[in-house]
Amino acid sequence: MTGGRGSGRSGPAGVVLTLLLAWLVLYPIVLLVVDGLHGDALRTFVERSGEWHALWASVWISLASVALAAVIGVPLAFLFEWFEFPGRKLLGSLIALPAVLPPFVGVIAFLFLYGESGFAARFLQFLFRFQQAPWHLQGAGAILLVHAYSMYVYFYLFARAGLARLDAATLEAAQALGAGRWRTITRVVLPLIRPSLAGAALLTFMTSLGSFSAPYVFGGGFRVMTTQIFASKQNGELGVAMVETVALALVALAGLALLRRTEGDAILAGLGKGTAPRRRTLRRPLVRAATTLVGWGLAVLLLLPHATLVLVSLVPYATWTTETLPPVLSFVNYGRLFAEPERLEPLVNSFWMAALSTSLAVAVGLAAGWLVVRRRTGLRRWIEGLLALPWALPGTVFAIALATAFSVSAPLQLRWILVGTVAILPLAYFVRNLPVTGRAILAGYRQLDPALEEAAASLGAGPWRTLRRVTLPQLRPALAAGASLAFVGALGEFVTSILLYTYRNRPISMEINAALRVNEIGVAAAFGVVLMVVSAVVLSIGARR
Amino acid sequence: MGAEEAFLSLDELRVRFSDTVTIGPVSLTIARGEILALLGPSGGGKTTLLRMLAGFERPDGGRVRVEGEDVTAVPPARRRVGMVFQHYALFPHLDVGENVAFGLHGTRDEGRGTSEIVAEALALVDLAGFERRKVQELSGGQQQRVALARALAPAPRVLVLDEPLSNLDPSLRERTRRELRQLIKRIGITAVFVTHEQDEAFDLGDRIAVLSAGRLNQVGTPEDLYERPADLFVGTFVGRANVLRGAAARALGATDGEVVLVRPEQLRFGAAEGARGGLSGVVAERRYTGAAAFFQVDLETGERVEVAAEPQAARVGDRVRIGAVRTLRFADRQERG
Repeated sequence: MTGGRGSGRSGPAGVVLTLLLAWLVLYPIVLLVVDGLHGDALRTFVERSGEWHALWASVWISLASVALAAVIGVPLAFLFEWFEFPGRKLLGSLIALPAVLPPFVGVIAFLFLYGESGFAARFLQFLFRFQQAPWHLQGAGAILLVHAYSMYVYFYLFARAGLARLDAATLEAAQALGAGRWRTITRVVLPLIRPSLAGAALLTFMTSLGSFSAPYVFGGGFRVMTTQIFASKQNGELGVAMVETVALALVALAGLALLRRTEGDAILAGLGKGTAPRRRTLRRPLVRAATTLVGWGLAVLLLLPHATLVLVSLVPYATWTTETLPPVLSFVNYGRLFAEPERLEPLVNSFWMAALSTSLAVAVGLAAGWLVVRRRTGLRRWIEGLLALPWALPGTVFAIALATAFSVSAPLQLRWILVGTVAILPLAYFVRNLPVTGRAILAGYRQLDPALEEAAASLGAGPWRTLRRVTLPQLRPALAAGASLAFVGALGEFVTSILLYTYRNRPISMEINAALRVNEIGVAAAFGVVLMVVSAVVLSIGARR
Repeated sequence: MGAEEAFLSLDELRVRFSDTVTIGPVSLTIARGEILALLGPSGGGKTTLLRMLAGFERPDGGRVRVEGEDVTAVPPARRRVGMVFQHYALFPHLDVGENVAFGLHGTRDEGRGTSEIVAEALALVDLAGFERRKVQELSGGQQQRVALARALAPAPRVLVLDEPLSNLDPSLRERTRRELRQLIKRIGITAVFVTHEQDEAFDLGDRIAVLSAGRLNQVGTPEDLYERPADLFVGTFVGRANVLRGAAARALGATDGEVVLVRPEQLRFGAAEGARGGLSGVVAERRYTGAAAFFQVDLETGERVEVAAEPQAARVGDRVRIGAVRTLRFADRQERG
């Protein structure tokens, strides 16, 4: 495709898309930096010790989350990729399940399960006749617990994918040269899957740095940067919030740059074609039984939050006080979700906002794919960079940036008042969705054989017919993958929502939050179950090939 | 070959993959410094046998012995069998020198450093000075030689090669074949290799073991296999052959229930001296190769046979009589069903 038509030139379409993306993605950040970094707010930030504590807390919590997630995820990946034991397939997909819990829903499930009045505490109280709950689920430990639970999946999935790509002959060659199992793993396997591990570490670090739900619910007095920003905004110190946001953005970019470097040259793709190592059947009965037991035990542990959510969703209001298990179970909460207009509204809101923001992101992704891969516009680096930028910055940063950019009416500067209107939240979701849809669609476009489109053209199909009959059907898996991830992300979104929602378009997560405040735990859990089920269904549709 | 000469021996090795797929039992002995080819169609079990030798496949029964020592239960890492893999399996994250040095870990000779051994191994395969090159930058032939140097560097007792030439360009194969044989002979290492190509087996191996359907059909020199095949399979798999049954077979001296195998160059036109029996037919095709020509003859009994003869011996359309100088007869399993 070198020197193809349009190569290197940037036609009007490329310019329009680049400017649109720059306006949506880059401009708010620039405004944030320009408006935020002025004297007073900056001085306040520098002088308050709480700010530095929160910044440091964000960094070390993120690093510790990476370490914990790796310690859990990587050995599991080896176990499930290299060994055969009863139930391996089923367990292997079950342990990816934390991924279908939107972060905020996962956090409330943890609250119901391990919180002071959660099942675990009640059970121990019942068992040992404690007068009080045996622990407080609060502070850094609680945050790390939730992070480890939800983020080991990245290491597990990435490492498994890396292991599956290994050439069995490479491992056998190491053995034939006298390397034992340990040396084979440290000298051959780990270096070869290093790009996968670095990718997982990067994803975990960024997710953890932007994590809001866990610190918001479990942080207590322990503040990280995301909760610090939220608190400043709630207190009306918007200027300080902006400085804090810039600080968080800088940490995120530094982390990104550092981890990118450790990824190193990723041209480790094998030399031969080769096949993945055959799974070893665990023969010794004791090892086999132990592995199976541990595997199932782990699956139960991982599924407990999901089960808890379902159980709590069946508890009618004010029927469960001191009993270990809820005495009354019924579907009344689900009935209320759909019968009471003020409960139904957030469901409808979340669905339309998720659908609209996903459609827009897919449309932009398609345009970007066509311009970058097919037309090879001269602006392709800009387009790709702008599409990826929202991923490199925590959701809080974008929410505050959008709030800054669109709280002023200055049409000449391309700024309008959107804050406080219904439009700002779907816009924010759309910007947050750009990286995931963009990356999926660009990858799909790159795998597409350009000869197919040329063949269609030579058979007399116009551009529209070619797109509809050839390009889109070929891109379907990439579109489905990108769109499903974006939709699920927007549907259960919490941090951007809490900063930008208005009552008229309050999404599900805000309604869950409100229900928790008035102790309507059953309703909150029922919303959580709806989110969980819809997410699982949408993700499984998106994963189909 | 007597048992006391055996350097490497496989006794009754067998492995079962499923109810329908079993390999063995196979018994073989290989002398010190000998090169043995495992030849056969794909799915015949030759790669499995090689992997049992290297320790990657655990046999369900039988023994592998090297210099009298039973190594059946010894894991590959301690077996001291150097292996060259079909796609080489070079470590892409290590350079050429690090690849070759990989097997030298902890088994260093006194007085000779790792880098010295690596340099020697690379010189052996004509890649002196390639230590710091990336393996991705090498040509296919060079990668193959790095794989060989890597396998040889730790001074293994046996060298095994899985389809060592299949990844090379056809034009490079014949030359590499000769160089590989010279190199192995110069080192004097006992070697076993797998191939599905007869030419490769004949050129590279001292002796050849033919395997099909998990069974060892015959072990012998190229002459043994060609002149005295143990069964019909070896007769047809090694070299060109006409297989005749029924009336045509009887015309060449076979009795009922026998099948006749006859090489094209052992058929003669006319009543040549020393030729027994006789077939008759019409020449359908003639393929000229220079020194000789191959004639396709449609027999009156319905079969078609191939005859190698002087280019001028017959023309297309000629009615000819054909006699055989030498035939091989086997019991016809197919007929009995």
